[in-house]
Amino acid sequence: MATFNLNVVAPNGQILDKEVEFVVLPSDDGELGILANHAPLIAGLQPGVMRYTEDGKVNKISVCGGFVEVVNNKVSVLASTAEKPEKIDVDRAMAAKERAQKRLQDKNPDVNLLRAEMALKRAVARLQTVGKL
Amino acid sequence: MAGVRDIRRRIRSVANMQQITKAMKMVSAAKLRKAQEKVVASRPYAKQIQDVLARLAQAQTDVSHPLLEQRPVRKIGYILVTSDRGLCGGFNANLTRLTKGILEEKKDVNTGLIAVGRKGNDYFNRRSIEIITKFIGLGDNPDYSQARRIADEVMGLYTNQELDEVYLVYSKFVSVLTQEPTMVKVLPIEPSTEKIDGNYIFEPSPQEILDKMLPNYIESQIFSALLESKASEQGARMTAMDSATENAKEMIAKLTLVMNRARQAAITKEISEIVGGAAALE
Repeated sequence: MATFNLNVVAPNGQILDKEVEFVVLPSDDGELGILANHAPLIAGLQPGVMRYTEDGKVNKISVCGGFVEVVNNKVSVLASTAEKPEKIDVDRAMAAKERAQKRLQDKNPDVNLLRAEMALKRAVARLQTVGKL
Repeated sequence: MAGVRDIRRRIRSVANMQQITKAMKMVSAAKLRKAQEKVVASRPYAKQIQDVLARLAQAQTDVSHPLLEQRPVRKIGYILVTSDRGLCGGFNANLTRLTKGILEEKKDVNTGLIAVGRKGNDYFNRRSIEIITKFIGLGDNPDYSQARRIADEVMGLYTNQELDEVYLVYSKFVSVLTQEPTMVKVLPIEPSTEKIDGNYIFEPSPQEILDKMLPNYIESQIFSALLESKASEQGARMTAMDSATENAKEMIAKLTLVMNRARQAAITKEISEIVGGAAALE
């Protein structure tokens, strides 16, 4: 199967640089699948799970916002944060999720709802990546 | 000549200092390694976002954004990144000197500082130069959220037209021995002239992508500066402490020599007194 280069970078380092067959990204407009020889594209990303297929095997990475650029058969993901499943702190994500949910339910006027919602999305993305949700 | 006891006391105090400088050197060497790793790790992202942005600006010439807007310059802001702590040789002095020079050059325009790090803040505060905001106590491990806070502040000042140009002054990490005070323009963002082929598909739209990407770009620039500055600081401190340790060693050697001479002189004096006393008895 035709492959292309997938490059995932975050401010704290390069996460991935590999030849892959297929990648699915959580874009602003819903899930976005990319195969080899895709047309040039720039899209925004939402917090979520990104899946890529390498040698027929599906791997997951959690990403929190950012962009993807496709050009010349090269896919670059610029994420605000990106983590492989083995790097994810499940307990922390779990705690973050509960905290965010509580904040959203309390309807306390001091709480920034947008921020709590983003925090919840990030935590959910991490938990989905490790398959704990 | 000082007494033997005094010299011995001085040697002991220099030795104590040497111990401290040596320890500080070790600590900063360890921190330097970590900081260096972080600098290297952050480079791919900074480079990528710059490239993508350049291509985006190229592909889409009719976009407008508050952060791209060029205005007549009434007030310039300088983000000055220094360290919170001293004992790092000329690190902060080099940066403040560069900044002072720039400020003097721009005398006929309004200027203001965004001080990151205590040293720069204190220096220019004492000289009553306007400090718009300060960020102090960022610690030894700069993280992205700190860069975001600074970026938010700066972008706010720019979009409210309080600042018309923003520069970033920081120390670039070249090697352990060399740190280079540098100034780069942050705002307004100047689109590059690199040529690209093909038309991009934008999702959701060029404008929305730009809205999202420009702040990220500024954040990443500030984040890199924080990391570079931290690595430079540790490098400068390590070199400074290394030479301090070396100087202490030299001083101990010199003082030991003086002490031995004094001790010998005292012994000689005593002997000649005894001999003189014995001779007087004969």
